[in-house]
Amino acid sequence: MKLTRRDVIKAQAAATAATVAGISLPASASNIITSSKANKLTWSKAPCRFCGTGCGISVATKDGKVVATHGDEKAPVNKGLSCVKGYFLSKIMYGKDRLTQPMLRKKNGEYDKEGEFTPVSWDEAFDIMEVKFKKALKEKGPTGIGMFGSGQWTVQEGYAAVKLMKAGFLSNNIDPNARHCMASAVGGFMRTFGIDEPMGCYDDMEAADAFVLWGSNMAEMHPILWTRIADRRLSNPHVKVAVLSTFEHRSFDLADIPAIFTPQTDMVLLNAIANYIIESGSVNQDFVSKHVNFREGVTDIGYGLRPTHELQKKAKNPNSGKSTPIDLDAFAKFVKPYTFEYAEEMSGVPAKTIEKIAKLYADPKTKVMSLWTMGVNQHTRGVWTNNLLYNIHLLTGKISEPGNSPFSLTGQPSACGTAREVGTFSHRLPADMVVKNPKHRAFAEKIWKLPEGIINGKPGAHAVQQVRDLKDSKINAYWIQVNNNLQAGANINEEVLPAYRNPDNFIVTSDAYPTVTAEASDLILPSAMWVEKEGVFGNAERRTQSWYQLVNAPGDARSDMWQIIEFSKRFTTDEVWPAEILAANPEYKGKTLFEVLYKNGNVDKFPLSQISPDYENQESKELGFYIQKGLFEEYAAFGRDHGHDLAPYDTYHKERGLRWPVVDGKETKWRFKEGSDPYVEKGKGWQFYGKKDGRAIIFALPYEPPAESPDAEFDMWLSTGRVLEHWHSGSMTQRVPELYKAVPDALCYMNPEDAKQRGLRRGDEIKVISRRGEIKTRVETRGRNKPPVGLVFVPWFDASQLINKVTLDATDPLSKQTDFKKCAIKIEKV
Amino acid sequence: MKALSLKNVSTLCMTAALAVSSVMMPSIASAADAVIDNAPQVSTLRGVAPLNAEPTPPMIEKVENNDLKRQRDYPQQPPTIPHDISKYQLDKNFNKCMDCHSRKFADEAQAPAVSVTHYMNRDGDFLGEVSPRRYFCTQCHVHQLESKPLVENEFVDMEKLIRKSHKQAK
Repeated sequence: MKLTRRDVIKAQAAATAATVAGISLPASASNIITSSKANKLTWSKAPCRFCGTGCGISVATKDGKVVATHGDEKAPVNKGLSCVKGYFLSKIMYGKDRLTQPMLRKKNGEYDKEGEFTPVSWDEAFDIMEVKFKKALKEKGPTGIGMFGSGQWTVQEGYAAVKLMKAGFLSNNIDPNARHCMASAVGGFMRTFGIDEPMGCYDDMEAADAFVLWGSNMAEMHPILWTRIADRRLSNPHVKVAVLSTFEHRSFDLADIPAIFTPQTDMVLLNAIANYIIESGSVNQDFVSKHVNFREGVTDIGYGLRPTHELQKKAKNPNSGKSTPIDLDAFAKFVKPYTFEYAEEMSGVPAKTIEKIAKLYADPKTKVMSLWTMGVNQHTRGVWTNNLLYNIHLLTGKISEPGNSPFSLTGQPSACGTAREVGTFSHRLPADMVVKNPKHRAFAEKIWKLPEGIINGKPGAHAVQQVRDLKDSKINAYWIQVNNNLQAGANINEEVLPAYRNPDNFIVTSDAYPTVTAEASDLILPSAMWVEKEGVFGNAERRTQSWYQLVNAPGDARSDMWQIIEFSKRFTTDEVWPAEILAANPEYKGKTLFEVLYKNGNVDKFPLSQISPDYENQESKELGFYIQKGLFEEYAAFGRDHGHDLAPYDTYHKERGLRWPVVDGKETKWRFKEGSDPYVEKGKGWQFYGKKDGRAIIFALPYEPPAESPDAEFDMWLSTGRVLEHWHSGSMTQRVPELYKAVPDALCYMNPEDAKQRGLRRGDEIKVISRRGEIKTRVETRGRNKPPVGLVFVPWFDASQLINKVTLDATDPLSKQTDFKKCAIKIEKV
Repeated sequence: MKALSLKNVSTLCMTAALAVSSVMMPSIASAADAVIDNAPQVSTLRGVAPLNAEPTPPMIEKVENNDLKRQRDYPQQPPTIPHDISKYQLDKNFNKCMDCHSRKFADEAQAPAVSVTHYMNRDGDFLGEVSPRRYFCTQCHVHQLESKPLVENEFVDMEKLIRKSHKQAK
């Protein structure tokens, strides 16, 4: 029975009358079961599965099912709040089309690239994978295989994968989708500070007097952090919020200083602010003289396109991150042309508005927090723009203290924990170490108990390069876990789809749901997700959080970690390690990769008696040891005493997360500052110990134009991104009816003027066309996004509208991160 | 067997919107020798469109605007909004939602007043007015379009499990 609001009022009136007359109503209304046993729910903690904020979630289970989720009151990140996605976490595992069995493309009972997906056993799945990976390794060596993971792997899964690829197959062709997301942030940190991840933390949000959003739409992408900023702003009238973006969005609802800038000109604005700080005499001379070096970077570095691309051939210093030392005077001279007038001309932001923002930084009494994510990172000059942001905080000494905080927000739940800290990138090892550095390799070999000199020193193929190598048949066996790159990768038409469907290649996708990437694969492996396994995530404020396995995965679905470990049993050292290394280290001969990687005395160190008696742990029980703890503790050995200290594993099961470095049981809120960071020596004040001399670097870097800008034919900018209600490609959230019905389909957000000019009305079917591909969608001239004339926004969550058929696979030449925020398109009415 | 059942799901899930997507043109550039199926085998969210073609997008559906309260899946779930809010002002200057949902207007508007949790600050103390951290309602509460979900969700309501457990105890 459905009641309207009016009916409710009527019904209430009737109930009142009934009570008065002594007539009892039907008993169904009071039918409640109060038996304490039947009524009981089991509540456990887990970090949220979605964004990099890392909210704590209270998860209720009953009889093997997750039945409720809400924000954990005890979690310091979110204190009882959760965004709409977090509240509906309870339903993400229960889409009717969950993958429950491996499926292989078969024809006449055999694997065939053109075959029909047919259910197979895990054994048969691993059999064919083994054949294909061995063939590729034999024919092409370690560069013939590849693995593409994610910042949504648990720490242990990412670590197990790195070991299998880098220490087992001796291949550095492993990269996470965090390459699309945080690589420029990492590049920025390493270049300016020599150590990755934010120095500040979320506590800055309760201490700052001003917030400046550089291209970020926190209201939708980091909603719970936005509640903390909204709380601060609305409770304290002196607080100012500046929102800078290439189009107006929900974060503008809280903006005191709104600013719309032309794509790519954030670099001009940042240099103009640096210039203002210098010219107005606002440089913190004491701080700069003690804690900062100046350098000028090499310019004209290209756009990370294929070397055959015109733009690449034209670049003078393609992919160069070189720089030379300069001083403050030379830096001042470098930024001098960046006046407010010039910045207004380039960016379209009125000089007066730029001045207002500049003053927030220049005024020594205003504690300012800068926040950014994909607008800055997905940028062909992403590393530079990260550097430019740190410049203005370093010039003013506004860093590493409560409220003074350049804060690089993270996209994924464990982009920090798994992708960055574990080092699942093609060039990295755990704890900021890199494969290129022989000392780092030796350190890793020692912890991993491997023969000396075995780790490959040549960085592997990064995300975009992997796709190019697949298309060019250089990589032939490829394993994708926890991501949906056929939807997420740039330039799908010309690169990703032909790469995966190249007849030379065997593509394996592990996922919980049949995504378009699974569709484009040859073998699909069903994965356990989120609380169907035990794991650890690391969020944007360096907070490491763990959870137990709360329910079992359906059917034969198994965790990605189990899949990695089982696959390792299929290979022996004799098959994949160089003969000379085995000859020199005969004790490793004839061992399986499982034995040398996971049964190495470290990973198998902790007995089953240490797993929680209250929770299931399928992988450990099967292996006979506490695998999640073993992997975590071996991994933690990389960072302890090296500025990346993690607490003992068991601690995380008790805490609502801790921010590393955790020294003597205490977490660190503000790094590099004496008093709050135990690594800073006494009397130093600040110490940027990622650099040998303890000094951070201010970089002189100019504005350089984007890879592609609108012209006469392709006359508009396209920006892509997420929406509040959906996580990434929507593979989980599109299966939750409430989230689906909130935002079912992608739309093309357009300025009404642009629509009018093209004879379009809201709801009209259009094509969004670039030089690379097109999609069909519908015009939206209202709603939450209000682009300026000349720019459209299309979200990428919709599997039926693959907007990345349209985007350009240009990357930052230093970080190799793709620019999903700007390319040239035209709109045609269908 | 699973492959079959997946196909069934995708067939069942074909909404009117996807059914009209019969006219499809191959995209501009697809590699000549890439092996691409004429129709998807497993990807339920993409309907019948092959990976290298573009389906007709569904019409923009209307917002469900009938004021009918919807059942929640569990007590902690934020209720979805059963009416149109597209014209509502919701910014730092004004919150239109509170015109009806604040405690003071619940009688006049007969709209549900915001729950007691909304008065709690980060420390768990109750404020006299709605906490500013809860100011932007749409971070948790969303409207619903008349679109039909593409895939069924098999979430089990705790009430069902409680009843089962109660019955077994008896």
